[in-house]
Amino acid sequence: MIRTATAALAALLLAPGPAAFPGEIAPADKRSGFAEMGPALQAMQRDDTAHPGMLWVQDGADLWARAPSADAPACGGCHGEARASMRGVAARYPAWDARSGRPIDLEDRINQCRRTHQQAEPFARESADLLGLTAFVALQSRGMPLAPPDDSRLAPARQEGRALFEARMGQLGLSCAICHDDHWGRHLGAAVIPQGHPTGYPLYRLEWQGLGSLQRRLRNCMSGMRAEPYPFGAPEYVALELYLAERAAPLPLETPALRP
Amino acid sequence: MARALINLPKTAKAGDVIEIKTLISHPMETGFRPGPDGRILPRNIITEFLCRFEGEEIFRAELFPASAANPYLTFTTVATRSGTFQFTWRGDGGFDQTETATLTVA
Repeated sequence: MIRTATAALAALLLAPGPAAFPGEIAPADKRSGFAEMGPALQAMQRDDTAHPGMLWVQDGADLWARAPSADAPACGGCHGEARASMRGVAARYPAWDARSGRPIDLEDRINQCRRTHQQAEPFARESADLLGLTAFVALQSRGMPLAPPDDSRLAPARQEGRALFEARMGQLGLSCAICHDDHWGRHLGAAVIPQGHPTGYPLYRLEWQGLGSLQRRLRNCMSGMRAEPYPFGAPEYVALELYLAERAAPLPLETPALRP
Repeated sequence: MARALINLPKTAKAGDVIEIKTLISHPMETGFRPGPDGRILPRNIITEFLCRFEGEEIFRAELFPASAANPYLTFTTVATRSGTFQFTWRGDGGFDQTETATLTVA
């Protein structure tokens, strides 16, 4: 079984095709996974009243307006109207955090805000609350191009992310780059290999029947390569997120995206 | 209470065919899957959806364990007069939720 799968994979990787030249994606060829979907799924993502991810976004909007306790402000208590104050924020993350001296992603930032300004327990990674609030914040940047900060303090982590992206790992000996740089647009089984741009997270995946973060997606890919995924919140993920954001820019943000 | 999204036009002309879209958050647990502890998770699905216009039933659907989570149902009706639509979802574990939306027919 494994031998058949490996042989099929080898045949797939050796088959000639339009993207047979390894290496980085040319800027003109850069495209979101949205482009690989069929018209039915595209329509579902475009229509906010048909998009199940909007259920989480609405919960996030409630959380934004609700104070976590009587003596702590709501998110909106400091930041005001999210439509104005959060516009463009998600397009800049992950970003450098001076307080902890490391890069953090949007989920980390929300949890840090909860801890320091709301004196509340941080949300668990991948909890519905954290996903909803993150999706609500990121929705305010929908349509804006990804704009990773030009901050030299981020460079080492971004470099590490790139090294991780290109490193072979797991029992199959694959790297992220082998699929998403060298063979995007072709098929792995029945599925089209996307370029792997993180333009829509947190996103609703039909396979998950729920909203999930980029870290969940990365864990998925790692277990697909038969590698042991890092735990949620690991710095390796933030490094990868940093590199992926730079690699995807200036594609527009589409949170909450919908994917098969 | 489950989050529900209902979309229909606010106004319509008499005789117009209008499309109603409903989406509700629900896990639709089939009753066949094992949970993290290896035990079968109890079935938890919506079994019935009902739409009434001014008390009169205009659409009904029965749902079964193979439906995806967060069921999305759309249907059409003919706008005859102004009034209120009532949407009811019922299911396992006493799940019972009703939402309303109004339509103005000019």
